[in-house]
Amino acid sequence: MSSDGASITPMIEVNNVWKQYGDNIVLENLNISVQRGEFITLVGTSGCGKSTFLNMLLGTERPTRGEILLDGKPIPAEPSSDRGIVFQQYSVFPHMTVLENVMSTRGFERQGITGYLWGASKQAAHKDAKAMLDQVGLSHALNKYPHELSGGMKQRLAIAQALLGKPRILLLDEPFGALDPGIRADMHELVLRLWKEHKLTVFMVTHDLKEGFYLGTRLWVFDKLRHDHQAPNRYGAAITYDLPVGQMDQTIYQQIDDQLRPVPEAVE
Amino acid sequence: MKKLINQVPSKSLKVFLGIAPFLLLVILYMMGSEARLDVNPNDKFLPSFSQIGDALERMALEPSKRTGEYLFWQDTASSLTRLGFGVLIAATLGLLIGLLTGALPLFTAWLSPLLTVVSLIPPLAILPILFIVFGLGELSKVVLIAIGITPFIARDIQQRTQEIPAEQLVKAQTLGANTSQIMIRVLLPQIMPKLIDAVRLSLGAGWLFLIAAEAVAATDGLGYRIFLVRRYMAMDVILPYVAWITLLAFVIDLLLRNMNRRLFPWHSQGGKS
Repeated sequence: MSSDGASITPMIEVNNVWKQYGDNIVLENLNISVQRGEFITLVGTSGCGKSTFLNMLLGTERPTRGEILLDGKPIPAEPSSDRGIVFQQYSVFPHMTVLENVMSTRGFERQGITGYLWGASKQAAHKDAKAMLDQVGLSHALNKYPHELSGGMKQRLAIAQALLGKPRILLLDEPFGALDPGIRADMHELVLRLWKEHKLTVFMVTHDLKEGFYLGTRLWVFDKLRHDHQAPNRYGAAITYDLPVGQMDQTIYQQIDDQLRPVPEAVE
Repeated sequence: MKKLINQVPSKSLKVFLGIAPFLLLVILYMMGSEARLDVNPNDKFLPSFSQIGDALERMALEPSKRTGEYLFWQDTASSLTRLGFGVLIAATLGLLIGLLTGALPLFTAWLSPLLTVVSLIPPLAILPILFIVFGLGELSKVVLIAIGITPFIARDIQQRTQEIPAEQLVKAQTLGANTSQIMIRVLLPQIMPKLIDAVRLSLGAGWLFLIAAEAVAATDGLGYRIFLVRRYMAMDVILPYVAWITLLAFVIDLLLRNMNRRLFPWHSQGGKS
C-alpha cells in the first residue's frame, strides 16, 4: 500500500522534487507515489514544507526541480476542478448564504461568463446542494451567512462546497487547526465517512500527530534529514517516515513525537 | 478617578456634548449679528435670522422677476444633476479600472503606473483645458467631477480587491470557475459595498469640483449663485445656500450608508470568511 505497485500505475507520482526560495531549501529530493483512494496525513514541524508540498499538488506552487505526475501527466500548474481544497480559513464566500455557497459550485462548473444559474439548472443545483448540506449536517442553516456560523460549521460548509464538484483529490490544509477538540472529533468522523462514500484520494496537512495516527491510511512525517546549525536553511525537509496507519505501535508514535517536538500536538 | 482614555460618556452626556457646539455657534452668531445690526441697521455682514428667512423665501418661493424660475430649486436641480452624473461616471470607471487592476496582474502592470500619475494631477489645474475642449456647457463640469474623483475610487477599489483573501480565488478555481466567473461572482459582489463607501468618501471632493466649476463658468447652480451674489455682499443668500449644501451632502451620505446596509447585510455585519 505504501509504495508503488508494479501492477497498477499510481495516481500521483512525485519524482525528484525540490523546492527552494532563493537560498532557502524547503524540500529536498522527494520521491513517492500515491494510489487512488489513499488517505494521507502529512505531519511535521512548522515551516517543514508540508503545506508547500500541498500547494504544489494544488497548483499554486511549482517544484523548483523534478516533477509531479497525475495519471502519468504533469499535474496542471493552476488550481482546477479535479483537486478540491479546504483551507484553515477563508474557504467560503462571505457574501453568499450557506445554500448559495454550495450552489455556486454548480454555477462554476458550467463554463459561462457570469457563473450565475437560471431556471432548471438552478432548481437542480438547489436540490443537489441541499442533499450535500444534509450529508455534512448543515440542513438547519441553509439561509445563514458564513459569519453567522461557528468555526466547525464553516468547515463543514467548505467541505460540502468542495465535494459537490466531485473532485478526485481532496486537499485539506490544517482544516481543523482552529477548532475545539470535541468539534474536531465530529469533523474526523465526517471526513472519514465522506472519504469512503465519495471514493476520494485525500491529503491532509495537520499539526496534530494523533490526528495522523488514526485518520486515513497512510502517515507521512516531514523533517530535515541533515541539520547545519550555522545555516539552518542549507538543507531541506524530506519525508522521514512513510507509515501505513493502523500497523504501528506506541514506540513509533513516541519516536515521531519526540522528533517533532517542541511543536505542541494540540491546537496552536 | 479613571484615566481620561478610559472615561466613556453616558448616553445623555453624549447627546449633550454632541449638540453643544452647534448651539454655541448659533448663539455666538445671533449675538454678533445683533451687535452689528444695532450699530448699523444696513450692515450686510451678519444678517439676522429673519433677514436670512426673507432672502430664502425670495429665492425659493417666489419666481425670479427676470426668468420666472424659482432660483433656489433651479440651482439645486442643476447642481445635483451635474454632481450625480459626474459621480456616476467616476464610480463606473473607478469600479471597472479598480476591479481589473486589482484582480488581474497583467492589468496591474499595464494601468497602475498610469493611474498613479493621473491621480497626482490637480484636477482644478486642468479645468481650463476642460473648458477649451468641452466648452462652457454642462459637459465640462461633469467631466471635471469625473476626472477629479475617478483615480481615487479606482485606487481604492484596486486595493479592496487585492485585500480579498487569495484562498477564495483558489477555492473558486477548484470548483471549476474561470476568470470572468471569479470576477463577476466572487469579487464584484464583495466590492460593491466598498464602492459605495468609496463614493461616500469622494463626495466631498465632488462638491469641491462642482462648486469650483460653477464659480468659473455657469448660468445656474448652487456654486454659481454663491459666487454671483458675493458681488452684492448678500450674506443673507450665501449663508442659507451653504447650509443647504451641507444638508444635501449629509442626506446623500446617509442614503448611501443605509443603501449599503440594506443591500449588503453580510458586509455591515462584518462577514470576512
